Amino acid sequence: MKRFLHSPVASALCAALLFLPLKDLKSAVILFVFVLAGISAAPYIRKLKIPQIPFKASGLSGFLPVLTITIFALLPFALKDYYLDVLIMFGIYALLALGLNVIVGFTGQLNLGFAAFYAIGAYTYALLNTRLGLGFWPSLPIAACFASLSGLVLGVPALRLKGDYLAIVTLGFGEIVRIVLNNWDTFTKGPNGIAGIEPPYIAGFSLGKLQYYYYLVFMVVIAAVFVIRRIEFSKTGRAWLAIKENEIAASTMGIDTTAYKLYAFAFGTFWAGIAGTLFAAKMQFVSPESFTFMESVLILSMVILGGIGNVYGSILGAFILVIMPELLRDAQLYRMLILGLCLVVLMIFRPQGLIGAKDASAGR
Amino acid sequence: MHLLDVKGVTKHFGGIKAIEDVSFKIQQESIVSIIGPNGAGKTTLFNCLTGLASVTKGSITFMDAAISGLPAHKILEAGIARTFQNIRLFSDMSAIENVMVAQHSKIKYGFASAALRTAGFRKSELETRQKAFEYLELSGIDSFADLPANSLSYGNQRRLEIARALAAEPKLILLDEPTAGMNPSETSEVMTLIKRIRELGKTVILIEHDMKLVMGISDRIVVLDHGVKISEGTPDEVRTDPMVIEAYLGKEAAH
Repeated sequence: MKRFLHSPVASALCAALLFLPLKDLKSAVILFVFVLAGISAAPYIRKLKIPQIPFKASGLSGFLPVLTITIFALLPFALKDYYLDVLIMFGIYALLALGLNVIVGFTGQLNLGFAAFYAIGAYTYALLNTRLGLGFWPSLPIAACFASLSGLVLGVPALRLKGDYLAIVTLGFGEIVRIVLNNWDTFTKGPNGIAGIEPPYIAGFSLGKLQYYYYLVFMVVIAAVFVIRRIEFSKTGRAWLAIKENEIAASTMGIDTTAYKLYAFAFGTFWAGIAGTLFAAKMQFVSPESFTFMESVLILSMVILGGIGNVYGSILGAFILVIMPELLRDAQLYRMLILGLCLVVLMIFRPQGLIGAKDASAGR
Repeated sequence: MHLLDVKGVTKHFGGIKAIEDVSFKIQQESIVSIIGPNGAGKTTLFNCLTGLASVTKGSITFMDAAISGLPAHKILEAGIARTFQNIRLFSDMSAIENVMVAQHSKIKYGFASAALRTAGFRKSELETRQKAFEYLELSGIDSFADLPANSLSYGNQRRLEIARALAAEPKLILLDEPTAGMNPSETSEVMTLIKRIRELGKTVILIEHDMKLVMGISDRIVVLDHGVKISEGTPDEVRTDPMVIEAYLGKEAAH
C-alpha cells in the first residue's frame, strides 16, 4: 500500500481526481496521462544529462543583438496584424519583466504586486488623457514618474521586511490598487473601465496603426535595455547585487542598503509606468481586469524563466510566456497546465533560468 | 591623540550581558589584538564598533568624532572597515567586483552619468577597477580577479575579504579571525600581509586565537572574558598576567 502511494500512478490519479470537479472527465483523463508520463519519464530524462548551453554575455554584446534587432525591425513587413499585435504585447511585457528584474533579479527583493505599478501607469495616462485632454507624450513621463513615486511610497514601509514578509506586503499592495480602481466609480469608472483613450500622435500624425505602434514599443524596449544595462554596470548596479548577495557585508562596505533598495523600487517601477502607458494607448481602453494578481505572477514567471538577474533573460522570458500561449491557443484549456509543467521541468534542469545571471557575469 | 577611544561600552541582549563596561584606547598605526575564550564578546565588540549592533551604554570616539549610533555605511565612510569571522563575500560576483563594491562611497558619479556613460563615468570606472586590482595584488590573489568569489579556496576567500576591506581605504581595519582554518604557511602569509597593512599607515585591530601570531605581531593586547576586559598591555605583560592565565587555564594554574 505504502509503495503504491509513492508510485507515479498514485500521484497522477490524485492530480486527476482533484481536477475532476473543475473540468469534465475527458480533461481529467488527459491530465492523468500527462502527469503519469511526466513523472515516469523524469528519472530517465534526468539521466540524459542535457548539455547546459553556455551563454556568455560577451557573445551577446556582438553579433546576436544586431541580428535580433534587425529581425524585429523587419517583422512588420512580413507579419499579419494579429502577430504584430502579439509582438506589441511582447514588448510591453518585456518592459515589465525588465523593470521587475531590477527589483527581484538585481536587488533580490521579492515583489508579488508588480501589476499594481503597471496599473498605475495605465490609469495615470487614461485619466490624464480622458479628463484633462493631455496627450501621450507629456503623459508618458508623468505616468512613469507617478508609478515610480508609488514604488517609493510602498518601498518605505515595505522594505523594513525581508523575504516572505516582503512578498506578502507587495501582494497586498497589488490587490489594494486593483480593488481601489475597481470600486472608485466616480473617478475610475470602476469595473466598466475607461474607454476612448487616444493613441500617440507625432506632429498630428497618429501612431495608432499597428505597424507604427510596433516601432514605438520596439524603440522604448531598446531604450530600456540600453539604460538598464548601463546602470547594471555602474556603482548602483554593483550596490544592488551586493545587497542581494549579502546585505550585512554590503552595509559595512559603505552601501546605504535602505536607500539603494528604494532606488531599485523606484527605478524598476518606472518601467512599469511606461509599460502601463503604452498598454493604455494601445488598447485605448483600461479596466481593472487587466491588472490582477495573475498578471504579477506572470511577470515574475518571465523574470524567473529567462534567468533571474539577467536583462536578456527577462526579455526571453517575456517572449516565451507571451508567444507560447498564442501558439497553444488550440489547447486553450490546458494552457496554464502546460505552462506550469514547463516551469517545473525548467526548475529541475536549469534552476538558474534559461540564461542564468552567473553565465552572464562570467563574461564581464 | 588616540585614533579610537572606547569608553565604558556595554552591550546587553535582553538579560545576557555580552559586553560589560569595556574601555580601551588605540594609538594610530598600531596593531592591537583582542583575545579571549569563546563567547567572551569579541565579535559583539566588533559589531558595536562597525554599527551592526547598537551600544547599550558607553561611547565610541573615532578621530575625535562620536560614532556610536551611526549606521554601518556611515561608519565605513568615517574610516573603519572590517572582515567577518564567518566569511561574508558577495559570492556570485567575481573577486574584483567584490573589491569594487568596497569603493562605493569613493565613487562620485551619479545615476544620469552612468546611464549616459559619460567620459567622467568611464574614467571613474576604470580607476575603480585598477585600484581594485592593486588591492587584489597586495593580498596576493590578483590571479583570481575574474573568478566568482565562491570558487576561491577558503584561505583565498579570507584574503579577498581583507582586500575588500582595504579597498574601502579605511584608517582602521578590523580583522575578525583572519587565519581561522588556515594551515601554518597560510597563517604566516597573512601575518606578513597584516604587517604590510600597517606599513600603509593603517591601524589594525585583530581578533585571533593563534597565540603565536598574536604574540608575534601585536603592539598591544586586550583580553576579554565573559564580556569584561580583564587585562591589557604589551604581549609580555599579558602573557604573565595571572588573570589571563586564570581565564584560559583555570584558577589552579594561576598560582
